[in-house]
Amino acid sequence: MKYLILIYSRPETWGHPSFLRTTEGQTLSESERTRLTGQLEELITELHESGEIVAGAALADPLNSRTVRVREDAAIVTDGPYVEAKEQMAGLFIVDCATPERAEQIAGRFPEARFSAVEVRPVMESSGEEM
Amino acid sequence: MTTNNNAEDLWRDLTPQVLGAIVRRYGDFGIAEDAVQEALLAAATQWPKQGRPDNPKAWLITVASRRLVDQRRSDQARDRREVDVALKAPTDELVAPAADAVDDGDDTMTLLLLCCHPALTPPSQIALTLRAVGGLTTAQIARAFLLPEATLAQRISRAKASIRKAGGRFELPPPPERPDRMRAVLHVLYLIFNEGYAATEGPDLHDVHLTREAIRLTRQAHAFLPRDGEVAGLLALMLLTEARRPARARPDGALVPLAEQDRSRWDQEFIAEGVELITGTLTWAPLGPYQLQAAIVAVHDEAGSAEGTDWQQILGLYQLLERFTPGPMVRLSHAVAAAMVHGPDDGLAMLRSLEDDSRMNRHHRLHAVRGHLLEMAGDRDAAYDEYDLAARLATSIPEQNYLRGKADDCARE
Repeated sequence: MKYLILIYSRPETWGHPSFLRTTEGQTLSESERTRLTGQLEELITELHESGEIVAGAALADPLNSRTVRVREDAAIVTDGPYVEAKEQMAGLFIVDCATPERAEQIAGRFPEARFSAVEVRPVMESSGEEM
Repeated sequence: MTTNNNAEDLWRDLTPQVLGAIVRRYGDFGIAEDAVQEALLAAATQWPKQGRPDNPKAWLITVASRRLVDQRRSDQARDRREVDVALKAPTDELVAPAADAVDDGDDTMTLLLLCCHPALTPPSQIALTLRAVGGLTTAQIARAFLLPEATLAQRISRAKASIRKAGGRFELPPPPERPDRMRAVLHVLYLIFNEGYAATEGPDLHDVHLTREAIRLTRQAHAFLPRDGEVAGLLALMLLTEARRPARARPDGALVPLAEQDRSRWDQEFIAEGVELITGTLTWAPLGPYQLQAAIVAVHDEAGSAEGTDWQQILGLYQLLERFTPGPMVRLSHAVAAAMVHGPDDGLAMLRSLEDDSRMNRHHRLHAVRGHLLEMAGDRDAAYDEYDLAARLATSIPEQNYLRGKADDCARE
C-alpha cells in the first residue's frame, strides 16, 4: 500500500532540512541539532535500503509557486500558493510499505513531526475486489 | 505440471532448477540469484534472435556460472581460492546430476522456503519469490506492483542481505520449523494471487499476470507436496477464484458483485479442476483454512444462479473457518452468510463486536457490509449512510466507485 507523507513546516527562512529554520529549531542546542539531522539522514537511508521509498522531494520556497486557474477557457496564472497558510508543505515522500502502522511510524521520525506536523495519506489504488 | 510452449515460460519453469544448481556449486544464495537473473536476461535477448539452445537448462547454468565467476574476478577483495575452484569446475559437472542428486521439485520447495524466510516482511518475500522462484525480471515485478524498478531492486537486494544476516541457507529447514515456514510460503503465494486478482486493467500481452504466476508456483508446491491438504486447498482456492475473473469487472473496469456476475463467463475448466481437487482433498486431509475457503468458493461456483446458492452450507463452512482463523475479515463474510440464511438482523448483530474496534470502524468493508445488510432489511436511509461512509473510507478507485453507486441507489426513491 502506498502512502503520501506530507511534511509541513513553518520556517523563518526557507531551506532544507526545514525544521532547523523554524523558531524552535533555531534555539536547539548543537547536540540536539546534530541528533535530529542524523535521525533524518538515517531515516532516508533506511527507506532507500529497505526498498520502501517510491519518490521523495524537497520543495522550493512557496514564493516560487504559481497557481493556475482556467476561466472561460483562458489560463490565469498568479504568483503564490493556492492556499495561504502559515504552515507550508516543505517536502513530500511516497512510500510503499507493509502496514499503515509502518507508514505512521515513518512519519513520526521526520523531525518536523516534533515542531509542526507530518500528514500520512493513503494513495488510491487502481485495483479492487468485487463484493 | 503445465507444459509450456513459449520460450519465456520455459526459462521461467527452469529458473528454480538453474538457481538450485548454481547455489549448490557456489554456496552463496544472494550472488547466485543475481547471476541467474543475468542469465535469464541474456536468454530474453539471445533466444528470440539465435533460437532456443538444444539444452536450455545447461545453457542457463553455463551463462549464470560465467556471470558469477566474472563477478568474483572483478571483486578483488574476494578470496582467490574460491575463484580458482569455480574456474576449474567444468560446466558439465554443474549440468550433470551431482552425487547427492536431488530432484527438481526439491529445489523449488527449498527456494520457496528460503524466499519466504521469517526475517523478511511480506512485500520483500513476494518480490524475492517472484524473481528467484518465478523467474520474473525486476522490471516485470516492478510493473506488476506499479513501483519504480530501483525500489524493487533495492527491496530484493535488502531481502537477500536479511536472509544472509539471519543465517538462512539453501537447505530445507529442520523438520520442527517446517509447518510454520510452509504457512509463510502459502501466505506469500496467496498474497501474490490476490494482488493479481484485484488488478482491473486489461491484460497486457507483455506482462505476466500475477494470478497465473501464483497458480503456477502453487502447482509446483502441490506437485512436491501432494499429501499436504493446505497446499491442495490453496491451489483449489486459486483455481476456483480465477475462474470468475472474466466476469468480475466490466470493460470500463467497474466491479461486478458476485450476485450480478454473468456466470456463463466463468471458466468451467478451472471450476472443474478446482472442485475435483478440493472435493478429493477434503476426504483425506486434516481440515485447514485454505481448504475451507476453497470449499466456500466451490459452493458459489457450482450454483447455477445467485438465487440457487446453498447459503446454509456456506454458513456452516464460515462457522468452521472462523474457528480456525478468527478475525474481522472472516467475521464480515460470516455475517453476510448468516444474513442470507437467518435474515439481516442476525448478520447485523454479528457485526457489533467489530464496531467497537477503532481500526475496523475506519475500514470501508465493515461499512460496506453494514450497508448491504441494512439495505436487505429495507432501511434505505441507514444503508445510504453506511455506503456513503464506506465510499469515503475506500482507498481503491473501483471499490469507491462501486460503493458510491450503491449509496446513490439508496438515495433514489
